[in-house]
Amino acid sequence: MTTVAPSIPLKQRLAARGLDGLTLLVVPAILFVLLLFIYPFLYGLFLSFEPKAGGVFANYQRFFSDSFLYGTIATTLWLALPVTIVTLALAIPIAFRVRLMRNQRLLTTILVIPITLGTVLVAEGLLNYLGPQGWFNRTLMTLGIISSPVKLLHNYWGVMLSLVITGFPFTFLLTLSYLSGIDPALENAGATLGAGPWERFKHILFPLLLPGLAITFCLSFVQAFSVFPSAVLLGAPAGPTRVISIAAYQAAFEEYDYSMASAVAMIMAVVQLAIVVAVLAARGLLYRGPAGGGKG
Amino acid sequence: MTINAASFRELRLDRLSRDFGSHNALKDVSLTIGKGEFIALLGPSGCGKSTTLNLIAGLLPATGGGIWLDDKRIDPLRPEERGFGMVFQNYALFPHMSVNRNIGFGLKMRGVPKAEIDRRVAEAAALVRLQGQTEKLPGQLSGGQQQRVAIARAIVVEPPLVLMDEPLSNLDAKLRLEMRAEIRRIHNTLGATTIYVTHDQEEALSLADRIVVLRDGVVRQVGTPEDLFSRPDHLDVAEFMGFRNKVKGKVANAADGRATVAVGDAQIAGRTRTEVTAGAGAWLAIRPEDLQPVAAGQPGLDAQVVSTEFRGREFVGFARMADGTDLSFLAHDKLSPGEAVTLAADPDRVLVYGAAA
Repeated sequence: MTTVAPSIPLKQRLAARGLDGLTLLVVPAILFVLLLFIYPFLYGLFLSFEPKAGGVFANYQRFFSDSFLYGTIATTLWLALPVTIVTLALAIPIAFRVRLMRNQRLLTTILVIPITLGTVLVAEGLLNYLGPQGWFNRTLMTLGIISSPVKLLHNYWGVMLSLVITGFPFTFLLTLSYLSGIDPALENAGATLGAGPWERFKHILFPLLLPGLAITFCLSFVQAFSVFPSAVLLGAPAGPTRVISIAAYQAAFEEYDYSMASAVAMIMAVVQLAIVVAVLAARGLLYRGPAGGGKG
Repeated sequence: MTINAASFRELRLDRLSRDFGSHNALKDVSLTIGKGEFIALLGPSGCGKSTTLNLIAGLLPATGGGIWLDDKRIDPLRPEERGFGMVFQNYALFPHMSVNRNIGFGLKMRGVPKAEIDRRVAEAAALVRLQGQTEKLPGQLSGGQQQRVAIARAIVVEPPLVLMDEPLSNLDAKLRLEMRAEIRRIHNTLGATTIYVTHDQEEALSLADRIVVLRDGVVRQVGTPEDLFSRPDHLDVAEFMGFRNKVKGKVANAADGRATVAVGDAQIAGRTRTEVTAGAGAWLAIRPEDLQPVAAGQPGLDAQVVSTEFRGREFVGFARMADGTDLSFLAHDKLSPGEAVTLAADPDRVLVYGAAA
């Protein structure tokens, strides 16, 4: 005797795969992403292959044959990578200290203020503060540490400093939240087993923090890589801080060559993606499970 | 593997205190623990038992008093300088390290050579019956296995003192019994001095050589499990030890450690545990299993049945006295709610505590 098991209705099967009425709520978000991200991206991609003159790849050929253009990749990396590393190097110890403080809120607020000010305001402030007649140089000269003003503006250092200041809050907050996710009992366990503060950091906290730091690195890097305002305001946009976004800007609004500008933007995206993919691939080799000590 | 901390004879807590702001979590706790003893710190949550353990481990600084290991004062030392093994309530295994590396962590920190680490880790893993699991990450183990790793990690360094903070509270009932036997077996094998924190009196009674009952940050009683079980010094300790029925009365007469207490019209005899004088108020403490219905008219506590629950071999009855006092008792038959019962207990098993009024 054989009977066929009653088939499960389609609606129920879809629901089991996570597709039900609620899924429709995603539609506005998908439309938003399609219209404001995917469409402009694809438009730009196709535009970059329709140069003003020459073949399909003419823009890319021009970019990689002109050192004034392809040099911007190295210039931007030379800013973005050190900035990311410096902000991380600052954020980690500060996050370690703040984590233990009972009154975190005030300090966190102070540290996060630069993010709310915006790049331009910070740049204007630095123009005054770091200038030849600014407090920074005057203080150092009064103290007799230097005899003539240090040049920190309209060069590499100005841009670097402003990027560190505006990038730090974001890096710090991410690091702090990853760090707070590590069960404090693990550190206590390490201590009772004879590990001092440095060994606890090296063997327990840092390995558990590393996957989070990789994500933080990627996000901070992408932010720093697309630097534009501070490179113009505080840097030397014709020389040492001629970053890739300036090249794109000039192509679009000085040469009115939108196709070339799109090509620069695409190259910029590829470079960022390459770094992010490399970091995430390295992260894949790490332990990425829960940072708790047990089934709690 | 044996624990041979030759230099250590006793651990002494000397008027140890800990305040959190204005709240005294621990008040002047003094206690001497001998080498090889298994001590249970027992009490309800918030009694200061975990605080005591953290003070001994060095994870919390004391705000008063001192901790001495023989003649050496250890409370100024940091936890990593004390060298005690600790088993945490949530195990606190390093999630990114294999079982082997977890167990070997303490040895590595002590600079033990690699070959010896491997040998001792294998021994410890065998002791807690974890052979074959040692390459796994903690997340791949069951709760009971994680607990075994935590124990192995704490004892492999052969610490003079093993501290356990409610190590079984996250396990299910069956595993809890198994691990309880396991902890006792490991203690018998190694003879490590152990301080075990729990809120479960059954666990404390079955494991410990001596039990320290804490309440509101104060030591209420220290004694062997037998002592505490049959001769609790205070009414609250008695309640915690299973004397769940508390009946208020007035002392009719008292002499030679015995007293008769008038409760309403009834006269109930019992053993006195604190000083009582005739005419003063007193509390009777009786275990539910010692309180049974007797024929009407016999001496006993009169009450009305509220409900009965079937418990396999017998029934547990719940009744209420005229003054509102609730009683639980042992019944052999199902009783109907509202029925009048007279409940009595063997005078040897009734404890009498003096009361203010």
